[in-house]
Amino acid sequence: MMSLFKFKGGVKPPTHKNESTGLPIARAPLPSRLVVPLHQSIGGMPRPVVAAGDKVLKGQLIGEADGWISAAVHAPTSGTVLEVAMHAQPHPSGLDALSVVIEPDGRDEWIAREAVDYKSLKPEEVRERLQQAGVVGLGGAVFPTHGKLTASKTVAMEELVINGAECEPFITCDDLLMRERAEEVVRGIGIFRDLLQPQKVLIGIEDNKPEAAAAMRAAVDALNEPFLVVQVPTRYPAGGAKQLIRVLTGKEVPASKRSTDLGVQCFNVATAYTAWRAIAHGEPVVSRLVTVSGDVRTPRNYEVLIGTPMDELLKLAQPHPDTDGIIMGGPMMGFLVPDPQAPVVKATNCLIAHCERLFPPKAPEMPCIRCGACAEACPHELQPFELYWFARAKNFGKTQEYNIFDCIECGCCSFVCPSRIPLVQYFRFAKSEIWAREREKNAAEGAKARFEFKQLRDEREKAEKAEKLAKAAAAQAAKKAAEAAAVAAAEGDAPATAVAEPEAPPVVVDAEKAAKMATIQAAMERAKAQREATQPKNTEALTTEQQRAVDEIEARRTVLETTPRAEAAPLSEKAE
Amino acid sequence: MMLAPAPYFLKDVSVSQVMTQVCIALVPGIAAYAWLVGPAILVQLVIASLAALGAESLMLKLRGKPQALFLSDGSAIVTAWLIALTFPPLAPWWLVALGTVFAIVVAKHLYGGLGQNPFNPAMVAFAVCIVSFPALMSQWPSVGLQMPLNEQIKVILGLAPRVDALTGATPLDALKTALKLGEANIDVGQLLANQDIFGNFAGRGWEWVAGGYLLGGLWLWQRKIITWHIPVAFVGALSLISGALWLYSPAQYASPLFHMLSGGAMLGAFFIATDPVSGCTTPRGKLIFGAGAGLLAYLIRVFGGYPDGVAFAVLLMNLCAPLIDLLSQPRIFGMKEKS
Repeated sequence: MMSLFKFKGGVKPPTHKNESTGLPIARAPLPSRLVVPLHQSIGGMPRPVVAAGDKVLKGQLIGEADGWISAAVHAPTSGTVLEVAMHAQPHPSGLDALSVVIEPDGRDEWIAREAVDYKSLKPEEVRERLQQAGVVGLGGAVFPTHGKLTASKTVAMEELVINGAECEPFITCDDLLMRERAEEVVRGIGIFRDLLQPQKVLIGIEDNKPEAAAAMRAAVDALNEPFLVVQVPTRYPAGGAKQLIRVLTGKEVPASKRSTDLGVQCFNVATAYTAWRAIAHGEPVVSRLVTVSGDVRTPRNYEVLIGTPMDELLKLAQPHPDTDGIIMGGPMMGFLVPDPQAPVVKATNCLIAHCERLFPPKAPEMPCIRCGACAEACPHELQPFELYWFARAKNFGKTQEYNIFDCIECGCCSFVCPSRIPLVQYFRFAKSEIWAREREKNAAEGAKARFEFKQLRDEREKAEKAEKLAKAAAAQAAKKAAEAAAVAAAEGDAPATAVAEPEAPPVVVDAEKAAKMATIQAAMERAKAQREATQPKNTEALTTEQQRAVDEIEARRTVLETTPRAEAAPLSEKAE
Repeated sequence: MMLAPAPYFLKDVSVSQVMTQVCIALVPGIAAYAWLVGPAILVQLVIASLAALGAESLMLKLRGKPQALFLSDGSAIVTAWLIALTFPPLAPWWLVALGTVFAIVVAKHLYGGLGQNPFNPAMVAFAVCIVSFPALMSQWPSVGLQMPLNEQIKVILGLAPRVDALTGATPLDALKTALKLGEANIDVGQLLANQDIFGNFAGRGWEWVAGGYLLGGLWLWQRKIITWHIPVAFVGALSLISGALWLYSPAQYASPLFHMLSGGAMLGAFFIATDPVSGCTTPRGKLIFGAGAGLLAYLIRVFGGYPDGVAFAVLLMNLCAPLIDLLSQPRIFGMKEKS
């Protein structure tokens, strides 16, 4: 048994897992129609490649990956494309997004699937196939998996961490997946291992899932793999990528770094499973396991086609009449779905029927008494009450000094707060405000640069025009002089100075232009210096370390900016 | 449909639960107080509680805050009890009430109410009253109150004359005064042998009251209402300085045990310095805060002009708390130095 490390903080909410582990995985029936959003992963928004009226087969490409950090989207079943239009999304914003609506034909007919032995493929071919198959992190962050499968050139890959911790209450889809399909999970991990070449592979499973751990151990033994299945103490958020990495390897990945910088990479067990299906069976990601639990009569796990309307799925588990909403994800990090007809997407690991009996309304918010319970619970060892104070005062620079971007929004602080302050909400608010201000600042700077460039160009054009005119005038004068000279020569009396005189104006124009340009240049320099001096700084006392961290985060954010999933943790799988 | 944000279930904790547990933790100390010193303390607790709730209600009304929510949070009761327990047990009712009203109105609500006060309200009340009414605030029963309860109540309510013989000084004050008056030929050992005033470890009776506070404080720590940092640092600093001087000259300085069990040391270490609102919050900050309070309490009670130093020590440290917190921010996850 290897020795484990601890992460600070964390909480132990009631797990509510037994409800949905009693029954095996069931296949959800074909819904009446499927609404498949094109943008289901971090990164570029896939371009639709089908139009209304097209016949599609199960697994057929309907959205083409846009750029490297983007993953393809496929038809979950065979049928007819009804429309490509804006539809409700499972996102707290309640905003619609471009989706392909498919009416199933009931035959569920696959495209020609090409099964390959990945060992015969080059690593880049495997990565490309994964991207084409739409394999993304199924722990919740939906980062395109192929983007995480290139080993760092500078840091040796020491550990590959496979996340089967599943720490969020209610969710059991990874548990059931490991119990029932351990072999394919382990084979999928084999692909990741071969691409990344780590020194060891550690599979972390919370110790409240002994059946899953046993099944995984059996599969690892059967396939004769050197993977270690490690049972980690059950404590939320042990399934957060950074926490699991800490527990298994002792390494702490700060917000400013990627885990690969420390020689670790982390994948969810369900991601490994879909990777194996994609490579070895040629099946793109068109379904996933979803736990349906909460206020329902028969909580269980379903294999659900992407695009299935949530309310149709929920009906299968027979919700009680007092159900008043659907939570997507767990009760700690999930959100109430604004529209119950929103579809199941690749990020949907769990639907919880919400009712006041299970989730009593929160007591009124009280002032913070600085008791420090939140700081004790924070797995990133932040000071949430200080962050709250500054976020509330809209002192966003200070929130950055207190490392707000290290917050993973796990909800531990809100969970333990005796004043029931929705701390995470304040932090999300502060983060989005900082981003918005940054965007505004960049936009303003861009506009200013464009304006200055335009001014410069106008000046230049004016000067050029003047020069041209002067030249023309000079030429004219020269011509006249020449004519005069010719006349004079003809007369046999040439004045020596006549030619030199008309040449003077261009010189004057040039000097004028240079002086003007110099003035403009100087004015611009002055303006620039002034601007830099008066630039509103939203931070005062950042350490160089923090400044670097902030810079790196911002650089990464601009890459991810196109995605509406602003709250998703970049480059790592969220706590699930 | 409601769209409240996650998390959707919360731990079963509340401000009133926290405050209730602080009150429960005070019970052993109060019981010892009532039993060994006199039941008058119970009357004072009632007076302070009523004054606190009245002032709280008035201020909530003036500030347009919900009455039921804040009156039931228990914070006013904790302040009231700490005031009652730090004031002399036979202090006139109006003095306790005045101190309590001042604490609630000025030290708490004028600064913004619950969670906003930079100073511990109970200690502000103590400081204001000892400066304004030094004589009344220094009259302590030199021995256990030998009068019946109704007589005690009459004294508190001003219906019976305040007999000077009934009230003297605290054991701490008695020792200090005796040492000052007695010049060079009196030593601490002889003074403490006076079993009328002093018990086995410290003031007779009072030592067990302090023991009660210690017991309650340990329970608070076990319940995770407080962390160990402040009490340990407070008691540690107090023991260190008193121990050093005691070793230097046992004839002039009392032992660390005497100091720990005298005056407000235990109450201060576990119940007053641990107030999270006005104290430090980072682990290192708490250690500095507790140690500073313990040290200052000793210096003021031994070398200063007041009978005890806990109140001023805590207030002085309250003053430093924001700075200490700023300078003692812990390293966060992933940002620790490589070992």
